[in-house]
Amino acid sequence: MLKDITLGQFYPAESPVHRMDPRVKIMAALAFIVAIFFVDNLWGFLFTAIFVICVTKLSSLRLSMVVRGIKPILFLVMFTALINMFMTGGEIVVLFGYPLEWGPLKVSREGVYNAVVMALRLVFLVTGTSLLTLTTSPILLTDGIERLLSPFRRIGLPAHELAMMMTIALRFIPTLLEETDKIMKAQMARGADFESGNLIKRAKALIPILVPLFISSFRRADELATAMECRCYRGGEGRTRLRELKICGRDYGAGIIMFCFITGIALLGIYC
Amino acid sequence: MIEIQNLTYTYDDAENEVGKLVLNGVNLTIADGEFVAVLGRNGSGKSTLAKQINAILLPMGGYVYVDGMDTLDENKLWDIRRRAAMVFQNPDNQIVATIVEEDVAFAAENLGVPSAEIRRRVDDALETVGMTKYAKYAPHLLSGGQKQRIAIAGVIAMEPDIIVFDEPTAMLDPIGRREVLRTIRRLNRELGMTIVLITHNMDEAVMADRVVVMDRGRVIVDDKPRTVFSDVERMRELGLDVPQATHLAYLLRKAGMDIRADILDAEECVEELLKQCRL
Repeated sequence: MLKDITLGQFYPAESPVHRMDPRVKIMAALAFIVAIFFVDNLWGFLFTAIFVICVTKLSSLRLSMVVRGIKPILFLVMFTALINMFMTGGEIVVLFGYPLEWGPLKVSREGVYNAVVMALRLVFLVTGTSLLTLTTSPILLTDGIERLLSPFRRIGLPAHELAMMMTIALRFIPTLLEETDKIMKAQMARGADFESGNLIKRAKALIPILVPLFISSFRRADELATAMECRCYRGGEGRTRLRELKICGRDYGAGIIMFCFITGIALLGIYC
Repeated sequence: MIEIQNLTYTYDDAENEVGKLVLNGVNLTIADGEFVAVLGRNGSGKSTLAKQINAILLPMGGYVYVDGMDTLDENKLWDIRRRAAMVFQNPDNQIVATIVEEDVAFAAENLGVPSAEIRRRVDDALETVGMTKYAKYAPHLLSGGQKQRIAIAGVIAMEPDIIVFDEPTAMLDPIGRREVLRTIRRLNRELGMTIVLITHNMDEAVMADRVVVMDRGRVIVDDKPRTVFSDVERMRELGLDVPQATHLAYLLRKAGMDIRADILDAEECVEELLKQCRL
């Protein structure tokens, strides 16, 4: 059962967005995130929403997949919105003749406005990054990050090592999950109980799983290191790659589209 | 060509008695294109010997030469590792990347081979181990035998002359074992690679041209499989089994049947028994 897990939320498909260079995609996602923070009126958000929908269609994704990414942060969005609504000072809103004011809690006009803007910002932040991770495989993402960070190697940033760590982590997630499953079953066969009792009791029951899992991970790490040395691994220096990333026409197109989007946001910010 | 001269080695950890030599004066020469099986019970030093061949461990006394290069020479280290590749027991702990072809490319990438050449080597290596179809798969979705073949492809991509296998089938099911053994034989017969196969399984050792038996850090038997296994009593003394067919022939002889003692596999055994029946 644990074998069918998918890594990250990558959705494989053949689309122009999927085929884009990961470096360009990462930069575009960053630009998008920065741009979101300059949007402060509803026209701007409407424009952003249209942009997100267009990109989703272009990536052959369903809108529901992008929206699904918001679920885990729903609580954060609500919390932020409520705090903004009640804690911003200003003119009290009057609804059906009743002023919305209960002791220290006041709903002001500015508060409502801030709540909506902050909530929308968070929502778009997540959808923007979801679009990146849905259309880029973890390998390409790692590759892109390595290339983007490589100029900083000169000031001591271990770009290749970071990427290698990410790759190995991704590689071993399914292996370790499988192993956890095996250890749990072995413990259950000997009468271990992971399901009943209160939280503390259940947490304690996990210790006999974690200990063997840790020990075996260290052994695996040691063996992997030896196997890597046997295959002549000696860090990022002088390494070549099977797939070289190349920026092509599609990526310039994406750049132009991003430029138009940011210009649009800027114009809406100034004139609306 | 591998030349091992009077090699000694000991581990410096608490688990071992101090001063106990894991390798105690090993002398062994393996010619190009040879297929050598190394047998021995646990603790006989066979895995330690394997790690000496590609300079993962270095001699404390004596020498190891790989294609004339001394493993103690640090400048030759990567050259030695490229030529003498190694495949381990657990395929899961050898695979680095999340996609099969990326993993096969790993060694070639480390060597700084140009992209187009890496592509060619990856395709060739996958073809050799019969895993071309799985190039884009995630390794965790493959069976044990398939994963081990990917690990083999990963070292073939370095284009080595020698491959040392350290119990490559110990964790596999019978089908996976057969796949891996077929691949190993192919590397030796068709590509002319030198193979050193460390194993516990006597039926695997039969495939080799030559069997080396180790005991307490020394090479004590070094001969053709037929000669080695026909001496069933000696093998017993060394704590080793013989192939099942050889064992059957041994028992039949003891029971008074006039059957050849140097039978190695089931087929030979059947033939010999039929001959007996006809008489």
